Amino acid sequence: MTRHQRQIRRAQLLRIFAQGMLFLTLLMLSGIVIFILASGLPHINMQLLFGDYGKYPSIKPALLGTLSLTLLALVIAAPIGIGTALFLTEYTRTRSHLIRAIRIASETLSGIPSIVYGIFGYLVFAVALGFKYSLLGGGITLAIMILPLVVRSTEESLLAVPQSLREASLALGASKVRMIFTIVLPCAMSGILTSLILAAGRVISESAVLILTIGMVVNKMPESLMSPGTSLALDVYYFGSNGYPEQAAATGVVLLIVMIGINLLAVFLGKVFGKGELMHG
Amino acid sequence: MGKNAISVKDCNLHYGSVPALKNVTMDIRERKVTALIGPSGCGKSTFLRIFNRMNDLIESCRITGEILVEGNDIYASGVDVIQLRKTVGMVFQKPNPFPMSIYDNIAFAPRTFGIRKKAELSEIIERTLYRAGLWYEVKDRLHQSALGLSGGQQQRLCIARALAAEPRILLMDEPTSALDPISTGTIEALIMELKAEYTIVIVTHNMQQATRISDKTAFFLLGELVEYGGTQKVFSNPFDGRTESYITGRFG
Ligand SMILES: Nc1ncnc2c1ncn2[C@@H]1O[C@H](COP(=O)(O)OP(=O)(O)O)[C@@H](O)[C@H]1O
Ligand SMILES: [Mg+2]
Repeated sequence: MTRHQRQIRRAQLLRIFAQGMLFLTLLMLSGIVIFILASGLPHINMQLLFGDYGKYPSIKPALLGTLSLTLLALVIAAPIGIGTALFLTEYTRTRSHLIRAIRIASETLSGIPSIVYGIFGYLVFAVALGFKYSLLGGGITLAIMILPLVVRSTEESLLAVPQSLREASLALGASKVRMIFTIVLPCAMSGILTSLILAAGRVISESAVLILTIGMVVNKMPESLMSPGTSLALDVYYFGSNGYPEQAAATGVVLLIVMIGINLLAVFLGKVFGKGELMHG
Repeated sequence: MGKNAISVKDCNLHYGSVPALKNVTMDIRERKVTALIGPSGCGKSTFLRIFNRMNDLIESCRITGEILVEGNDIYASGVDVIQLRKTVGMVFQKPNPFPMSIYDNIAFAPRTFGIRKKAELSEIIERTLYRAGLWYEVKDRLHQSALGLSGGQQQRLCIARALAAEPRILLMDEPTSALDPISTGTIEALIMELKAEYTIVIVTHNMQQATRISDKTAFFLLGELVEYGGTQKVFSNPFDGRTESYITGRFG
């Protein structure tokens, strides 16, 4: 074999190897999805979804729990996160110490394992503030957990708004506040919404934080935000470890569908709002 | 003798410690077209952006000297920058319409200044688009995105948008440098019409453009105002050798 032929052969081998690995990845991903669907779908029924938790288990408390935790976390994290990002991009010098400090802080925060947020939430809300196990304590802890993510991606969306548009609006006599509300935020809206939805995804799939903050009470509808509760992810864990494998699988399917829905929504919003935004630099 | 719209005395401007304008003194006549020419980096844009205080956005920028717009010192403390920018409009090098409808683009400044009534806005929009020579091209698609317009149309939209603030002075920073020759011609014709009502200061890279449209020309070099006079005179019989070198293309 000449050197050239060897090179071609090596390139072909690498290609075959890469294709094989791609196939393996797809196989594993689809394998998981198919396996979960196959084990869970047959066991989804009205009793599990919307029935009262009695002789047979139900995920009604978890649906309510996950919904309230998600809303709570977003309602808290969105204004704080967007406000912080606005401050960083519109009101501080690009290279100031403050920005660097906040960035390091937020990177550190996003690297902390979620169980550590959990123990923080437990000690602060359940113990020190006397909430006991509560959806409120869990929601606030989750909000703190997703805050760095929201700040970071909002900041990126704001930075992507062309400077020329800021200049154009100021040159037309707009105040900074008007510039932010009529130009900068609308232009960054798709990115901000997408980041909030992805943050919601993290909240929905989180379990470690919640074990320590909301208490995993699977069989009672929470009466208020101060009640203990459960979530879809916690129900999967609870059913799995307490002799309800079928319900665990079925809840897994529900969780999977919710997450796929969330991701599709993020893509969809990116498409709807993303048009034209970056057409001039 | 006309009045001065702008009067600059001993202006020095630094970016950090780097001087960008050195001892510039210059009066700009009302309702004339004044062209700023010079090689790139000589400070034309910097000079232009003094008049609507756009340099305020740059932290490192320090400015000294006296800048009067319509007789008022615009760098005095307590000056209403918003009111200044209403009086002094700006058109940028690259067309920069907002990613909104044509209608909302033009309505931006009037809305800033509190005009909300539909009838009033529609009247402004028709008048300014007409003034910018764009009305017949866009009147049936006012509510479509401004980003769907061609580059030349976008730039005329930006002019209309600036006119909607009812300025008396219009600053233009190389407004045609991103456009094709036909759009450039359209905009030059528009500038000639606008000077009946507006004081226009235009930065241009294109010396033919300066001779075609301007009444007075200022030549800048390395932050210095080298020569300033009637356009005819500056181009046919400059008194400074550096001006001559530049307009004959020996450097640039
Ligand atoms: N934001 C800025 N910060 C620092 N220096 C700048 C800034 N803007 C312009 N300059 C410098 O000031 C000088 C004049 O720039 P500019 O006014 O843009 O020139 P022109 O418009 O004639 O090409 C150049 O040397 C440029 O590098
Ligand atoms: Mg320039």
